[in-house]
Amino acid sequence: MSAVTELVVGLGSCGIAAGARQVHDSLVQELAAQGLALPVTSTGCIGACHREPLVEVRTAEGKHFLYGDLDPAKVKQVVSEHLVGGRPVAELLIPEDYPYLARQRKIVLANCGVIDPESIDDYLAVAGYQALRKVLSGLSPEQVIAEVQASGLRGRGGAGFPTGTKWSLARASRPGKRYLVCNADEGDPGAFMDRSLLESDPHAVLEGMAIGAYAIGADEGYMYVRAEYPLAIKRLEIAMRQAVERNLLGKNILGSSFSFEIHLKEGAGAFVCGEETALMGSIEGKRGMPTLRPPFPAERGLWGAPTNINNVETYGNVPYIIRQGGAEYAQIGTARSKGTKVFALAGKIKHGGMIEVPMGITLRDVIFGVGGGIRDDRKFKAVQLGGPSGGCIPESLLDVQVDYDSLTATGAIMGSGGMVVMDESTCMVDVARYFLSFTQAESCGKCTFCRMGTKRMLETLERICGGRGEPTDIPRLEELAVKVRLASLCGLGQTAPNPVLTTLKYFRDEYEEHILHKRCRARQCRALIRYRVLADACTGCLACAKACPTQAAVGERKKAHTILQEKCIQCGLCHQACRFDAIEITTGTEAAALPAAVAAPGGAA
Amino acid sequence: MKQAEQSTFEQLLESWRGQKGNVIPLLQKTQELHGFLSREDMEAIARATGRSPAEIYGVATFYAQFRFQPPGKHTLKICHGTACHVNGADSLDTTLQMELGIGAGQTTADGEFSLEKVACLGCCSLAPVVMLDAEVHGRLTGDKLKKVVRKVQE
Repeated sequence: MSAVTELVVGLGSCGIAAGARQVHDSLVQELAAQGLALPVTSTGCIGACHREPLVEVRTAEGKHFLYGDLDPAKVKQVVSEHLVGGRPVAELLIPEDYPYLARQRKIVLANCGVIDPESIDDYLAVAGYQALRKVLSGLSPEQVIAEVQASGLRGRGGAGFPTGTKWSLARASRPGKRYLVCNADEGDPGAFMDRSLLESDPHAVLEGMAIGAYAIGADEGYMYVRAEYPLAIKRLEIAMRQAVERNLLGKNILGSSFSFEIHLKEGAGAFVCGEETALMGSIEGKRGMPTLRPPFPAERGLWGAPTNINNVETYGNVPYIIRQGGAEYAQIGTARSKGTKVFALAGKIKHGGMIEVPMGITLRDVIFGVGGGIRDDRKFKAVQLGGPSGGCIPESLLDVQVDYDSLTATGAIMGSGGMVVMDESTCMVDVARYFLSFTQAESCGKCTFCRMGTKRMLETLERICGGRGEPTDIPRLEELAVKVRLASLCGLGQTAPNPVLTTLKYFRDEYEEHILHKRCRARQCRALIRYRVLADACTGCLACAKACPTQAAVGERKKAHTILQEKCIQCGLCHQACRFDAIEITTGTEAAALPAAVAAPGGAA
Repeated sequence: MKQAEQSTFEQLLESWRGQKGNVIPLLQKTQELHGFLSREDMEAIARATGRSPAEIYGVATFYAQFRFQPPGKHTLKICHGTACHVNGADSLDTTLQMELGIGAGQTTADGEFSLEKVACLGCCSLAPVVMLDAEVHGRLTGDKLKKVVRKVQE
């Protein structure tokens, strides 16, 4: 047992939300109480979000002990048994061969959860800014672009445009002022890759941006971050200040003739600003509405100057590519999709969090290998990729490879990396309705079909979920979907029908059940379900009556309760509160047999 | 408006004068200072940036971040991201409706709480989540959320 040298607490947003600050504080207190003078440092996202709060114990020999699911009591145990007693607490340790961690391949996330994101020295110690140094001490912009082209890197924002080609277009554009922009307006619900990367390793993204700026000939850049990510913004500000102090950003970087200044812009909450032309409009201080392309940003971008825009993760790959060479990077992945992809794995999954896997891995391997399968061992139903622009992939296609082209062939898309797993308790019609309500609300209103078409599609879906669907609704949805796709200017409208089209393609029977049999097999659509007490199982504990917001669940102590259908709003709080599985959810003919309830709005409970 | 606040506001307008792309940062900083954007604020920003008040109002109303009414003392943001949605965010809506008597976009009569519905807070592994002021609360149930709210009320 070698000497412990350092204790590292994961302080990303997820960790903090799970109570990592309390764990950090109790660790400091406990060490003081035991008279141990050990440094307690912090790091960003360790990635195993489902085991937060996490603390890593590091030793002089370079051994790492990762503890998960901590709270102040467990911290006390770790301090007294491991740090004082010298015996690691086996039952709290996350083993090194934990499949969640062992099956990943980390390039972009290599430093996440390892270094202190607020320390530039930590980043420098892991080969930080060496790629920029290499570029400035002898590579021409053309050589940099050639290296990125050789790597096969494609845009990680979702569309998959080859990054090297994008850079060469911007480089070849007319001479004069150019801009480089980093798109960190991560708006897809269910996606948090960019946030985690910026919170955990901001310098890697800044270094990638500086290399890109050198390649295209820009001296000014913008980092456009969602205002909803305060911690990422704070850490970026710190990182930018540190980089300027060390002459790694700013005027005449590292004594060269290359200068590059970055401005931080906070988004103001508009999903459409993830689209590049809308994003530039927003930076210029206008309403973020997309414009017609061409001209592409490489020709006419910010304030009319040639501009290059890439996503956070794309820039995050660049330092590795320059350090190791494009050819080395291209060894990972498939013929047309190189490298790795970061995913935010969430939903009904056992082990969720931020993961990085090599391109070419199957979805099954990601969900059941890395993610450990479905929570509570329920049955897998679908995985949603690409958020509101993407689609739902059914079990029969789980052996599809993770690469741009294979995923597009399913009707979904690679997307920016949101991967939400759904089980049998998720209603696919409701999922389609959910995504459409999102895009409909976020449509900027410029194109008629996006503005009105999504509205009509949403109304149709609400009707189906609300038990008022008609057989003609399905062909009507399909017809409108095509029109919205064709008649919209930007990606938001063009892809908005995808969630509807993929669920119609793979889960059409659920739509038909909703329409023809007023049945929601997932028991989620409020208008199609009724709650009922199973008298045999009910102990008369009154928990449901206390939870019920409308006094529909009633009864006397120790006697079987009942649910008054005329008062029930199907919110499901009684079902959540019952500890004896005594509340049953019925749908279809069974529900119809119960007395009529108050009119419920469409959508899930 | 208090005098000190007024002079801070004027300094703010001055510090961004003539800079390109200054409209949204000015709106953001003004909201930070005053809690919301009043008609007078937007007119002042219009004068300082050489744009028309209509244009400034057009920009401000385009973005979800900007408020035109004073917010409550505490802001509750219910996450309706995909992961939160499939993990029961809607039942948290019902809980808050019951607990505070308000829906999304409203403020309680005593001015204590404002309720907002947001698209995604990016803490999907802890779904469903709610953000109370700057703090995210995860893995919530109706009961746990009630406790979070009642703790503030005490």
